[in-house]
Amino acid sequence: MSGYLIIRNLTVRLRSGPVILRSVSLNVAAGQVHGLVGESGAGKSMIGKAVLGTLPRALQITGGEIWLDGVDLLSLSAAERRRRIGATAALIPQDPLTALNPSKRIGPQITRRLIDILGWTKQAAEARALELLDEVQIPNAARVMRSYPHELSGGMRQRILIASAFAAEPKLIIADEPTTALDVTVQKQILRLIAQMQARHGTALLFVTHDLGVVSKVCDTLSVLYAGKVVEEARMQRFFMRPIHSYSRALLSATPSYEDPLGSLTPVSDTVIEEVEAEVRWHDARAGT
Amino acid sequence: MRDARGDIRRPIGLRLWLSGGWLTLLALGALFTPWIAPKDPLMQDLFLGRMPPFWVQGAEPGYLLGTDSLGRDVLSRILYGTRLALIVALVAGTLTCVIGATLGLIAGYYRGWPDRIISRFVDIWMAFPPVLFAILLIAVLGPGLISIIIAIVVIDWTRFARVIRAEAMTQGAMDYVASAQVAGRTRFGTMLTEILPNVLPTIVALLTLEMGIAVIVEAILSFVNLSISTDSPTWGGMIAEGRTSVHQAWWVLVFPLITLFLTVLSFSQLGEGLKDRFDPVLR
Ligand SMILES: Nc1ncnc2c1ncn2[C@@H]1O[C@H](COP(=O)(O)OP(=O)(O)OP(=O)(O)O)[C@@H](O)[C@H]1O
Ligand SMILES: [Mg+2]
Repeated sequence: MSGYLIIRNLTVRLRSGPVILRSVSLNVAAGQVHGLVGESGAGKSMIGKAVLGTLPRALQITGGEIWLDGVDLLSLSAAERRRRIGATAALIPQDPLTALNPSKRIGPQITRRLIDILGWTKQAAEARALELLDEVQIPNAARVMRSYPHELSGGMRQRILIASAFAAEPKLIIADEPTTALDVTVQKQILRLIAQMQARHGTALLFVTHDLGVVSKVCDTLSVLYAGKVVEEARMQRFFMRPIHSYSRALLSATPSYEDPLGSLTPVSDTVIEEVEAEVRWHDARAGT
Repeated sequence: MRDARGDIRRPIGLRLWLSGGWLTLLALGALFTPWIAPKDPLMQDLFLGRMPPFWVQGAEPGYLLGTDSLGRDVLSRILYGTRLALIVALVAGTLTCVIGATLGLIAGYYRGWPDRIISRFVDIWMAFPPVLFAILLIAVLGPGLISIIIAIVVIDWTRFARVIRAEAMTQGAMDYVASAQVAGRTRFGTMLTEILPNVLPTIVALLTLEMGIAVIVEAILSFVNLSISTDSPTWGGMIAEGRTSVHQAWWVLVFPLITLFLTVLSFSQLGEGLKDRFDPVLR
């Protein structure tokens, strides 16, 4: 098994009992883009949060391993884990409106990580931030650095968050539905920007989305998640030509394609849902839950 | 691409000016009382009892706001009372704020067992009727400035704890907090640098409100004779005394009452005004 991020049999539960992630395994190779698809509530965000150590307090990792850059994060102390994650991984969040601190100017929010983790001087960090803002095509970067988040549009803020995620040259970026909160015209630009940045910086990217159309554009490999269980992991090409799992097939025919956006769509049928539900129940029974 | 949202600057509201102006005036008055008070507030002169304020027929020159039934100068007494009121407002308000806001912040941000303990404590605390609680406390501690301040802090910290807890919870769920943690911040550091600045406007508004409340509580306690020793003039004490002779000498009651009213109003207005100024989103 090779990969920059390797998740093995990760199980996450609510502290009150119910299972959220069912023995999830996935693999993001260095410099590659791995898509994570599934319907709302499948547990996509929780995988990202488990990796970054930001799970809500109601949730708890009860088993498995998370290897990041050759180190099992779950075997580290909390402080050590935070340091490692800070130095190697970053997040592009879903909602640019709540992802920037409303009471702080943009500049310090980008430079923070460079100063805190990499120990850069303020001047060097600011110069780097300006460079990054240029790179994500923000005009008037110097002025934006001095702005408060509420003075900027959603698209601008998402560009800033992308710049900020790449600032410390992390080896892994987790993008959690980075375009769903934006309007359609901006979505494509942001998507293209993320793909460009990823390619230029050679970062491994875990790309969370519920849109298979988007996955087909930017990903190298993908996992399909249903009710906290990975039902299929595949390379892109193979997946779109020969999806193995019936839920994957159903998902594909429920997704409009870029080539034929108005072509006929079939909603995921009840039989398919019943089939995958049975699989989840079988998994739970075997895991003794 | 930058839109004009940030360029809107709201004028500093009239209420901020008025309330700030009144409180500044009071503060100056309190600071320089011994120099500006026209008379000794305790000096009695039975021949000058119940003199009306200066614009009324029969006023005695030198007693701008008249005298009470013992011939003491109402203006001087109000000024000396201001000192006391403001000391109580500042000290009790600040202590209440620091204690309540700290506990609220910890409960709301850390959740888990700190939250359970603090919240349970707040709930139990709030089950006591506050006025009774205050009177009981003073009865135990004995009257005096310190007792009043302690009573106010003990009763009112829960107000801060509850509100700030809720605010910290909302802020804590925002993505920027998670980002700060991914960037290697400790929980405690995140609380101080990310959460605190965002609940600060609320803290400021509550603090000024609390100062107004402290002034009222002090007045109520003086009114029922549980405050500072009876010879140092307090607004509440003056109101209590003025009440008994309101038909013969309304000014003894009305002037301290107006002062009290304007002060409490100013504190709450100042709070609202400052909250708007502090809030980067509304600013
Ligand atoms: N704080 C929480 N307390 C209890 N349950 C939670 C909490 N957060 C998430 N969950 C549960 O975890 C499951 C997975 O949620 P998650 O946010 O990962 O879904 P998702 O796949 O990201 O969906 P979406 O596409 O809507 O973002 C959901 O069923 C949700 O109910
Ligand atoms: Mg999600």
